[in-house]
Amino acid sequence: MPAVSKGDGMRGLAVFISDIRNCKSKEAEIKRINKELANIRSKFKGDKALDGYSKKKYVCKLLFIFLLGHDIDFGHMEAVNLLSSNKYTEKQIGYLFISVLVNSNSELIRLINNAIKNDLSSRNPTFMCLALHCIANVGSREMAEAFASEIPRILVAGDTMDSVKQSAALCLLRLYKTSPDLVLMGEWTSRVVHLLNDQHMGVVTAAISLITCLSQKNPDEFKTCVSLAVSRLSRIVSSASTDLQDYTYYFVPAPWLSCKLLRLLQCYPPPEDGAVKGRLVECLETILNKAQEPPKSKKVQHSNAKNAILFEAISLIIHYDSEPNLLVRACNQLGQFLQHRETNLRYLALESMCTLASSEFSHEAVKTHIETVINALKTERDVSVRQRAADLLYAMCDRSNAKQIVAEMLSYLETADYSIREEMVLKVAILAEKYAVDYSWYVDTILNLIRIAGDYVSEEVWYRVIQIVINRDDVQGYAAKTVFEALQAPACHENMVKVGGYILGEFGNLIAGDPRSSPLVQFNLLHSKFHLCSVPTRALLLSAYIKFINLFPETKATIQEVLRCDSQIRNSDVELQQRAVEYLKLSSIASTDVLATVLEEMPPFPERESSILAKLKKKKGPGAVSVPDLEDGKREGGELNGGGERGPDSAAMSASNASTPSPSADLLGMRSAAPMSAAPTSAGSLLVDVFSEAGPAAPSAAVNDDGFLRFVCKNNGVLFENQLLQIGIKSEYRQNLGRMYLFYGNKTSVQFASFTTTVSCPGELQSHILSILRLNVQTKPVEPVVEGGAQIQQVLNIECLTDFSEAPLLNIKFRYGGALQNLSLKLPVTINKFFQPTEMTSHDFFQRWKQLSQPQQEAQKIFKANHSMDTEVLKAKLLGLGTALLDDVDPNPENYVCAGVIQTKGQQVGCLLRLEPNGQAQMYRLTLRCSKDSVSLRLCELLAQQF
Amino acid sequence: MQFMLLFSRQGKLRLQKWYVPLSDKEKKKITRELVQTVLARKPKMCSFLEWRDLKVVYKRYASLYFCCAIEHQDNELITLEIIHRYVELLDKYFGSVCELDIIFNFEKAYFILDEFLLGGEPQETSKKTVLKAIEQADLLQENVDFQMRLFAGVMVPNMVSESSGLFQN
Repeated sequence: MPAVSKGDGMRGLAVFISDIRNCKSKEAEIKRINKELANIRSKFKGDKALDGYSKKKYVCKLLFIFLLGHDIDFGHMEAVNLLSSNKYTEKQIGYLFISVLVNSNSELIRLINNAIKNDLSSRNPTFMCLALHCIANVGSREMAEAFASEIPRILVAGDTMDSVKQSAALCLLRLYKTSPDLVLMGEWTSRVVHLLNDQHMGVVTAAISLITCLSQKNPDEFKTCVSLAVSRLSRIVSSASTDLQDYTYYFVPAPWLSCKLLRLLQCYPPPEDGAVKGRLVECLETILNKAQEPPKSKKVQHSNAKNAILFEAISLIIHYDSEPNLLVRACNQLGQFLQHRETNLRYLALESMCTLASSEFSHEAVKTHIETVINALKTERDVSVRQRAADLLYAMCDRSNAKQIVAEMLSYLETADYSIREEMVLKVAILAEKYAVDYSWYVDTILNLIRIAGDYVSEEVWYRVIQIVINRDDVQGYAAKTVFEALQAPACHENMVKVGGYILGEFGNLIAGDPRSSPLVQFNLLHSKFHLCSVPTRALLLSAYIKFINLFPETKATIQEVLRCDSQIRNSDVELQQRAVEYLKLSSIASTDVLATVLEEMPPFPERESSILAKLKKKKGPGAVSVPDLEDGKREGGELNGGGERGPDSAAMSASNASTPSPSADLLGMRSAAPMSAAPTSAGSLLVDVFSEAGPAAPSAAVNDDGFLRFVCKNNGVLFENQLLQIGIKSEYRQNLGRMYLFYGNKTSVQFASFTTTVSCPGELQSHILSILRLNVQTKPVEPVVEGGAQIQQVLNIECLTDFSEAPLLNIKFRYGGALQNLSLKLPVTINKFFQPTEMTSHDFFQRWKQLSQPQQEAQKIFKANHSMDTEVLKAKLLGLGTALLDDVDPNPENYVCAGVIQTKGQQVGCLLRLEPNGQAQMYRLTLRCSKDSVSLRLCELLAQQF
Repeated sequence: MQFMLLFSRQGKLRLQKWYVPLSDKEKKKITRELVQTVLARKPKMCSFLEWRDLKVVYKRYASLYFCCAIEHQDNELITLEIIHRYVELLDKYFGSVCELDIIFNFEKAYFILDEFLLGGEPQETSKKTVLKAIEQADLLQENVDFQMRLFAGVMVPNMVSESSGLFQN
């Protein structure tokens, strides 16, 4: 390398850098920089025109100052001037400055784009590359607008130099990433795929990054790349280590390209062509074989490059999840790495095994490494490796090893790093619930969890244990006994007090026979913790006390005494004071019968997805919590009922039905305890024809239909929520009739004034759904007002006259703090709500299927899975749809078949449904045949977004 | 790859390359956070860590840390070798490169990186080809200026570590 290349003589720059480095303090540095900035500014502003060299030097100094972390607000124009210099180094510095300090000044952008345009058309490959590098480095929308159509042309032109092609490919990739809408697919795309065949390895390396990214977004358009990639890979894998000359890296042929090829293949399902697939399997086997060969070099670069390919190959094997032989070999290979002396390999092996654990073919093989993984959790010195070990234990957990794994995780938790404790707690809670055979073990585990890591036990965890105890009467006595014992500890965590208060309030009677835990002892124990607790816990304890009065009349006097004392009844906290006052009054005036009714044991919680799992998903991002999904747990764990969003605290509060909900309470949760029969009997007389006065929905409110699709397969839940308002829905349907309860909750402490709601049915639906009835809002003669924290209810009666596809719109208007709020929502009334399930035999099904053979009667869609493909989840959704799920009809047990009749006033529409999941490809095919073609279409449309 | 940072053991940023659009403020925040995290790690720890929703791959060469942030589906080991190949390129170009070379010739360090990686993806992995491109560019200078690059006399004592070759350890 010639000495000249090391610096091209910007002596002034070197001196400046040295000066900066010699500065003894930050102040001195700033002073020196300001002096330099002043100098440069005067030079740029001076009358004397600067020569190219000086301009370059000063621009370079500015760049250096910027990279030190100081702001630069001038010099852009000089840098742009350098772009049009015909001296390479000046141009180069100009481009570097622009790349690092992009300015959105539109005048400048125009000049920059002009300079780039000139260089691109210069036919000088070095200049073209510089221009392309600049576009790739800046990647702004303005540049995409200017060059997105030009670059593909350069990329595929026959006479483009290889180096320019390489830059063009990656430049296009960058533009595609920032502005995909501006990069239009076209004739060039097929030619890009063929760059995989290019003789120049550098061109292939650059092109494959582009092709991979484009394939992810447009798989069909690029699917020819699969066979090309396989043959390229095969050539590399089988080449001798010297064949590829400079593309061989520490005796490994083309490691970067190999990884990219394997990565590209992961965008697609296994090749359908037998020959291509055979060749690919051969490649994968060769890669696995090579891992067993002695290394060709002792250098870490050799083993890293080799293993990079190996891990990518294993990812592909896991992605296919169809070759048991390869999966088990991959697992064995990773098993070896688990004990490797390189920390990096242990880390990656743990990470990669996590995904292997979820494959049915390799789950057992992964499990054999349990001792090694537990050991890693205990002994690894690096927390990030321990984290991976904990993840893997979670992933490999099943019924057979749950007790061991949960015990190990619990003991690790005692010393675990703070950064991962919360996640560990969630994982232990999920595993304990999922694999609980006897629920006393579950209760023990969760109480241990609270004891060991109480601070990290989130609300979801303790809500959940209470939901499960409430729903399972065989564990209630044990839970009461255990929690009573746990509360004896001198220092016990507040979360323990919450669980204790709740459980003893409900089930304290089950252990009251023992004199050591007599009612009064229980009460005194709870009350001894009272003064140490925060307000929400105290509130919960007060509810437990009133429940005690009902359970144990002998404690009434003591508890009334406590409620009556000033610290309760005059508590400065409104919530506590209100509870004390109300409970005291309730206990003194209500008869035993009334008390027993009001304070009855909590009803079982409705079964929902575990809120803990939802929390873990949120923490780790969707997809990260791959393995034990809870639906699976329900299947294995038997009847595990549990409510989700409804916190026990709000549930406990329904004991004091009249009191205002605390701000933390889930509004819907509270109302779900409200009886369904609340629909007033006078409903009929209030029937109002909304169409006469509703008019179209206010144009100012954009229709919000986020919530809409979530209700296709379910009837209850939260339809909408923002900062101000929560809208919950409960609905029931019978035949062609439906009733929907809307709950409007004011989440603020300020009242909503002029609260009005209107329901309108757009277009065709107007004649189809007859009567929509509004209640509360309409009947009040005064201005409707929703007080802060309060909730109002509205009932809609729905009748389906004939089939429909548009949903009714709900428009809500109110004033909040003077500002008019206007909101439009799609009401989740869909055609499938009027389904009656129809059971039928396989024979009948196929007979009817054939009868519905006119092409219009069938609607079909093939789509990618958006949600879990787990069997239980799918079944639940299909049942939620309203049809009958027919077993033993489809010859392929993987498929689902359903039948039902849609009831409208005028007619009945028979519907048959078939859903074919393809787990490997993560795709579905959905087919519907109905006696009315508009119904087939609508159902197909609705359902394609549910799976 | 989303970005690459080179920083010294003292936490001084020597090179930054961003392949995703971020504001200057965000860049500074990320840099501060990441430099701190990486410097706090002990020598034998693994070279990968999860950071926000990205994976960070880093390696120390003499006084300099090379640190890349990659996405979830990207390959950690091959990223480690991207770092190594870049160090090799610098080493070959400067002739046993040290931190000082990168400080005083920062623009060259950027140019070499652009030849090797573009938009965060490898553009040319052949060492020979990359160096040839840089060499040709150097030869394009009309005003060949035979001035020295670095002048040993200007170095101050605290630079001992910065002037040690990256491949020394």
